[in-house]
Amino acid sequence: MVREGNLENPKDDDDEEGLNLRNIKLSGQMGAKQENGDPENILPPLEQELSHELDTKVKKYLRGEGANLEVLKDKKLKGQLSVREDLYGISAKAAAKAEKWLMPSEGGYLEAEGIEKTWRIKQDAISREVGISSAKNQYDIVLPDFGPYTLDFTPSGRYMAAAGRKGHLAVVDMKNMSLIKELQVRETVRDVVFLHNELFFAAAQKKYPYIYNRDGVEIHCLKEHGVVTRLQFLKNHFLLVSINKNGQLRYQDVTMGEMIGNLRTGLGRTDVMQTNPFNGVVALGHSRGIVSMWKPTSAVPLVKMLCHPGPITAMAFHPNGHLMATSGKEKKIKIWDLRKFEVLQTLPGHAKTLDFSQKGLLAAGTGSFVHVLGDFSGSRNYSRYMGHSIVKGYQIGKVAFRPYEDVLGIGHSMGWSSILIPGAGEPNFDTWLANPFETTKQRREKEIHSLLDKLPPETIMLDPSKIGTLKSAKKKDKPTKKEMEAEMEAAVLAAKGTAIKKKTKGKNKPSKIAVKKKEKVERAKRPFLDQQMKEEENVAKKKQKIGEEISLPTALQRFARKKATA
Amino acid sequence: MKVKVISRSTDEFTRERSQDLQRVFHNFDPNLRTQEKAVEYKRALNAAKLDKIFARPFIGAMEGHIDAVSCMAKNPNYLKGIFSGSMDGDIRLWDIANRRTVCQFPGHQGAVKGLTASTDGSTLVSCGTDCTVRLWNVPVATIMESDNLSNCSSEPRAVYTGENAFWAVDHQWNGDLFATAGAQVDIWNHNRSQPVNTFKWGTDSVISVRFNPGEPNLLATSASDRSIILYDLRVSSPARKLIMRTKTNSISWNPMEPMNFTAANEDCNCYSYDARKLEEAKCVHKDHVSAVMDIDFSPTGREFVTGSYDRTVRIFLYNGGHSREVYHTKRMQRVFSVKFSCDASYVISGSDDTNLRLWKAKASEQLGVLLPREQKKHEYNEALKKRYKHLPEVKRIIRHRHLPKPIFKAGALRRVMVEAERRKDERRKAHSAPGSIVTEPMRKRRIIKEVE
Repeated sequence: MVREGNLENPKDDDDEEGLNLRNIKLSGQMGAKQENGDPENILPPLEQELSHELDTKVKKYLRGEGANLEVLKDKKLKGQLSVREDLYGISAKAAAKAEKWLMPSEGGYLEAEGIEKTWRIKQDAISREVGISSAKNQYDIVLPDFGPYTLDFTPSGRYMAAAGRKGHLAVVDMKNMSLIKELQVRETVRDVVFLHNELFFAAAQKKYPYIYNRDGVEIHCLKEHGVVTRLQFLKNHFLLVSINKNGQLRYQDVTMGEMIGNLRTGLGRTDVMQTNPFNGVVALGHSRGIVSMWKPTSAVPLVKMLCHPGPITAMAFHPNGHLMATSGKEKKIKIWDLRKFEVLQTLPGHAKTLDFSQKGLLAAGTGSFVHVLGDFSGSRNYSRYMGHSIVKGYQIGKVAFRPYEDVLGIGHSMGWSSILIPGAGEPNFDTWLANPFETTKQRREKEIHSLLDKLPPETIMLDPSKIGTLKSAKKKDKPTKKEMEAEMEAAVLAAKGTAIKKKTKGKNKPSKIAVKKKEKVERAKRPFLDQQMKEEENVAKKKQKIGEEISLPTALQRFARKKATA
Repeated sequence: MKVKVISRSTDEFTRERSQDLQRVFHNFDPNLRTQEKAVEYKRALNAAKLDKIFARPFIGAMEGHIDAVSCMAKNPNYLKGIFSGSMDGDIRLWDIANRRTVCQFPGHQGAVKGLTASTDGSTLVSCGTDCTVRLWNVPVATIMESDNLSNCSSEPRAVYTGENAFWAVDHQWNGDLFATAGAQVDIWNHNRSQPVNTFKWGTDSVISVRFNPGEPNLLATSASDRSIILYDLRVSSPARKLIMRTKTNSISWNPMEPMNFTAANEDCNCYSYDARKLEEAKCVHKDHVSAVMDIDFSPTGREFVTGSYDRTVRIFLYNGGHSREVYHTKRMQRVFSVKFSCDASYVISGSDDTNLRLWKAKASEQLGVLLPREQKKHEYNEALKKRYKHLPEVKRIIRHRHLPKPIFKAGALRRVMVEAERRKDERRKAHSAPGSIVTEPMRKRRIIKEVE
């Protein structure tokens, strides 16, 4: 694994999380004690279970460990912060209670009974068990003429854009299964992506990407992007991201049309691009097995990691941003922990396309078969959950989970299909975030609000929780040699620039002035030179130490190993 | 096999009739909100900017006087009324809501220097350079409410004559005594033509007097011999005296912490003192660039307003070293008197240009009744600003105030001077024996001595 760029040290999270858990559990128990006295004695078992359940939920809403206030010396600050920490606790508890009692829907599930295995259960069997409205979501659309299809859903899951390789573009309302618009652009379409709402979508076509509106009117032709292979849209930043066939990554702001970033990846052509929804970092999978992660404001990748020995075929990010799945040509699927940049699990199997659902199920499509993997132990250990095979000979090009539904969309060479994957989607939507039942008025209002909250491109970074915090004092590093030299030069210039006072007769002679000037310059240089000397001394001392350890004749020293064999 | 999939019926999630409210569902799951911290920061930034956009503190000017406004008095019993006295002897009662004169009280021959109303709001006391103290009946609220634009004028209820010019007057809280300041401090009763008590400590004239809101028998005065004196009416002699390096123009007690008062000083600063502990100021409030002429506490006791000779009005927090807000207009001249309204939401200033000006205490506050949703939004924005106020970008926007050029320059010059003094002090310290020069904190530096 190779890491480059200004990547902050990923924390050793497991240990911390363990601590965190313990702390929260403690505080949760204390809270219970305050309310109910001793919970173990007084509460009936059912309610005890409930309170425990609430504790785990509170943990989710606390968003990590509280600040350690013990180390603070400032009493005033300590008081203010402890009040704030209490507030966080109260609001987390309120949110947990709201989740427990006010959520209208429950998530889907699929449980095997007896010797059944979940991955042997066919779609027909599921459709017999579920209601008519759900069974409606199982269908195949056969469009043999326009070749492999790619799909994209809006964040609310209400609308779907489908693009056929041979120029067929369609926008479908998934709620009432009606076609909103379809058009034939009569040229290759490689990718399609919705912009901030269903009114606009961008399609990567033969020579350029284009932006269309819902009525199929071409709004923009983005010639600067060139021959684009993949498109992504960062909805918090309103950035349209494209990777073209020369390996150039471009970020364009779709509100003002400004080109925010134009980055040369230098790693060749790729058609594997995914956005990490957690932090807006765009990841590219390259033919040399490298995954590189990018932000628009730096010309070098944030991370370059060697994931597979061969080319990378697909990639997907877990919605919480901690997991990444990659698949390589060598028929391996790997699950990565993005906090430690370590592989968690290596699964056999080939995938042409990967996608994580909102609840963390992983779909992998290859040939005419879709695997769905699930993490049921809670220990990030993915195992088989479901499988589905479409008609033999159809080649799957894209799998995409429909948000807020237990539905998986499959784009393949003969159209697209949709199957039911119980437990894939988030059962409860938030009206202010993504509303599948959005009215026109709500949509307009949301557009304004999201424009007001549009994030600047600088907020894309590996750890977005750093925003709004102070830079820790420890990280302040020494100035480099170049900086030191520049500083010294500036000091010398300043010393030269100062006017020399007029003195009495005889002391104003040019020779004396020259001497004075020289003195001034030397005085200005002095502190810097002192510092340099000190550093050199330090280095020399260190060298000496090393030298002492190896007491060999100089001629033989080059053969000596630094560590003697034990 | 047990199976369940998510299925939502449209009826359940949408409204039935078009008159109904739209149904709203919440899910506070952090995973659904990506980059929530960045979004929140952006919102805080927007809130700070919006605050700037909506900062329109000036409501209106009240004109009518034909000479500089020298003093003002609140009516503690009636929110809308304010009295003002001018240098030509004119006293007016204003209706703040309509910004018009309701009533005039003619009689003074010279400048009116002090105005005060009794706590029940029925009596107005004025004094001036014509050596008279006049008591007036305040018209009842119903007359003020009536649309009768013909100004009612009234005769003074009583005129008491003193020997010297009067500089200030203040009424006791919940009592019928009032104190005047001039060559000496006189305590008067409403019904007596002679002062019931007289205090004198020092030779110079007393320029301001203020009763304590908590202890009705305690009053503080400031004199032109740079002293601040505390009196207790229950004993015959003054209680304490504090001498500062410069004159104190006005004093205001904190109504919520009545042991504390703040003195508006000639050296551009205000000093908050604890009356029990006068050897050190509790806080020094700096920002004005010229003498502070008047000060008044908000009824909440959390902030106070000052008017200065530099033509600005500033609002300070009771414990804040720098002002929260600065108000100025092109036309406002030297400010001689300021008052916080009794509901703590407005500030009234009277200045040399004969006008009274009405300002909002919170510059960007929305006036009128707020809908619950508006209220929520304001609260959310306030919380965001509070949370991110330490971050440089937000801090800069919140802190920045545009100042007129002369004031900006004067402020910069003052900073340079202070800095130079500090540097000089430092050097002097470095070149003398250790411990021989002690730098006093600003809270003590301007105090000469305390006399019991």
